[in-house]
Amino acid sequence: MSHKKIKTISNPKLKLEILTTEDVRKIHDATLHIIENVGVRFPSKRALEIWESVGADVDHEKKIVKVKPHIIEEALKKCPPAYTLAARDPQQDLQLDGNHVHLGTDGCGVEVIDIHTKEKRTSCLQDVRDIARVADATAEVAFHWVPLSAQDTPVESRGLHELKAVWENSTKHVQTESIYNVEEAKASMEMAIIVAGSKEELRKRPVLSLMQCTAPPLGHDGGSLDAALIAAEHGVPTGFMTMTACLTTGPATMAGTLAVGNAEVIAATALLQLAYPGSPVFYAAAQTASDPRTGVYTGGGPEDFLFGAATNVLADFYNIPLSMGSFATGAKEPNWQAGLEGSLSTFMASVVMSDMLLGCGFLHGSRIWSYAEMMMDCEIFSIIEKMMRGIEVNEETLALDSITAVGPGGHYLAQKHTRKHMRELFMPQFLDRRPYSTWEDKGDDARDWALEKARKILKEHQPDPLDEKVSKEFERIIKSVEKK
Amino acid sequence: MSEEIEKLFKDMAQSIIDGDSDISVELAQKSIEMSVPPLDAITKGFVVGVNYIGDQFGLGEAFLPELVMAGEAMKAAVAVLEPELIKLGEAREIMGRVVLATVEGDIHEIGKTLVGTMLSASGFEVVDLGVDQPADKIIGKALEINADLIGMSALLTTTMVRQREVIEELDKEGLRPRIKVMVGGAPITRDWATKIKADGTSEDAVGAVALAKQLMGKE
Repeated sequence: MSHKKIKTISNPKLKLEILTTEDVRKIHDATLHIIENVGVRFPSKRALEIWESVGADVDHEKKIVKVKPHIIEEALKKCPPAYTLAARDPQQDLQLDGNHVHLGTDGCGVEVIDIHTKEKRTSCLQDVRDIARVADATAEVAFHWVPLSAQDTPVESRGLHELKAVWENSTKHVQTESIYNVEEAKASMEMAIIVAGSKEELRKRPVLSLMQCTAPPLGHDGGSLDAALIAAEHGVPTGFMTMTACLTTGPATMAGTLAVGNAEVIAATALLQLAYPGSPVFYAAAQTASDPRTGVYTGGGPEDFLFGAATNVLADFYNIPLSMGSFATGAKEPNWQAGLEGSLSTFMASVVMSDMLLGCGFLHGSRIWSYAEMMMDCEIFSIIEKMMRGIEVNEETLALDSITAVGPGGHYLAQKHTRKHMRELFMPQFLDRRPYSTWEDKGDDARDWALEKARKILKEHQPDPLDEKVSKEFERIIKSVEKK
Repeated sequence: MSEEIEKLFKDMAQSIIDGDSDISVELAQKSIEMSVPPLDAITKGFVVGVNYIGDQFGLGEAFLPELVMAGEAMKAAVAVLEPELIKLGEAREIMGRVVLATVEGDIHEIGKTLVGTMLSASGFEVVDLGVDQPADKIIGKALEINADLIGMSALLTTTMVRQREVIEELDKEGLRPRIKVMVGGAPITRDWATKIKADGTSEDAVGAVALAKQLMGKE
């Protein structure tokens, strides 16, 4: 298989009903009630002006906006229901059309298990390059997030250094979560225009998308809002991610937490549509439940898995694509907990056809990158992709000729039908199916093989290079931000 | 001790265990009317409840919301009794004075606010400056209230560097080790805290209280 091929889930045969139409209606009504009566904080001059211009109730001192339901609902109708996330290489473009689930990496962590020494250390720019390169060659990874913070670069231009590093090492689509102020947003648009070819081309083929975190409960970050508006102006897909957590930033109940997060996301989405009608937007979420004893972020648990499935029902209700948090286990190392949380979170988000999934590779709640975890997460995604294809039932798959030929007793190993279909069975890379004695003698496991695979890719894979002139332009743009 | 006062103390403790600020305030006012010494009301009444919840938490029985509500009920009751203490020229023994803030450029504060509640409930005097606070504001407030501790929060990888700036500024002014510094927030690791020469970090609010006590030499 060429390294260009991307593995995505499509034409699903499995279904899950998690919320009824009535449930969704109730959550939507509660959301509109919150936006109208409780309000959402928009600490951005520009955002407040936009809200004021459409007749919303704006408290300039508290920066809280209260909006009538019809304004929100009318604005949301302008969201395009489907569009393409373009890649530097067009054959890697991703359709956000409700019939595809694309996996991305996750971000933005601060530490990495070094691929060579296996020691945990602070992340740097070279890590961003290396991970992009490994992801470029990994079929399960459809698009990038900025996985780690390039902590050896200046803070005012860090998001741009990271973007440059990913583009220079991969041809796949880049969705950055690390651009959240005006200067960097403008500069990132300049960079995207260069990659796309022109301003018009970028609009047609957005090679970049932006993800902004909300500030729950019911708030936003001013820089994020301004950056999102700049992206929307350029037709660059933009999403707001809620990470509301039961107990701390959301009510203890899951329905209430869904409503709070929904209010944050749809209010901000409506804002973008009011400013730039028809601009491509997506819903993003990674709700969770705080640990009841300590209040800390958990990175997994049954509530997370349920949120993972429920949120796409909401995004579908608004008819916009979803980018859903999956994987990113709370486990401290690749272990039982990591496998459990990665599998269930990703299965639940996939079975409802969330358009984008974040993201493989992380431990300790998106803080520590592990190449082994990345590879094993990708295998989990592959298993789920296989499961989502379901069971095909027809004359050929019922195999009556073959069954007749073998008869009672005997075996199917020498049947032509077997030979024809055997490669449809899943072939794992990291599941240990060896004899017990082999395992006992070698003492290795999935973690060793996964790390070895990543090492091999990093050593051997050469991504299609970015034009040197483009890199030079990037440098100029980054410098211009640093001068200020 | 009269039976009536004994019952009052018991009710006070219970109001904290129940996390009921309305009742704790009511009982604090009642104790003033009954001329119960305010220091007794605190130490023999309310603090008993705080300690009970703290023990239950340590045993894994109580949940964080119970701790927070106990802390808020305690704070509300102490606010009623404080003026009485001042009138009598008395003071509640405090564990230490703390200035808390989320650093400049960062608006995330839930963790920091939680730490503030926990520290207050544990007998620290806390001034919470809120979010987006530059170094000079944080240090200025610390000097103004003669703080023992500064606690700084940051959620963004691009704002955590501000924690270092505050520490460097404190060093430059020669304010350390008189003022101890605690840092926290999702991206903050032990390595980071060591690297920027903070006095410590904790990944949760309860750990932050333990750290603060340790830095004050109280535990």
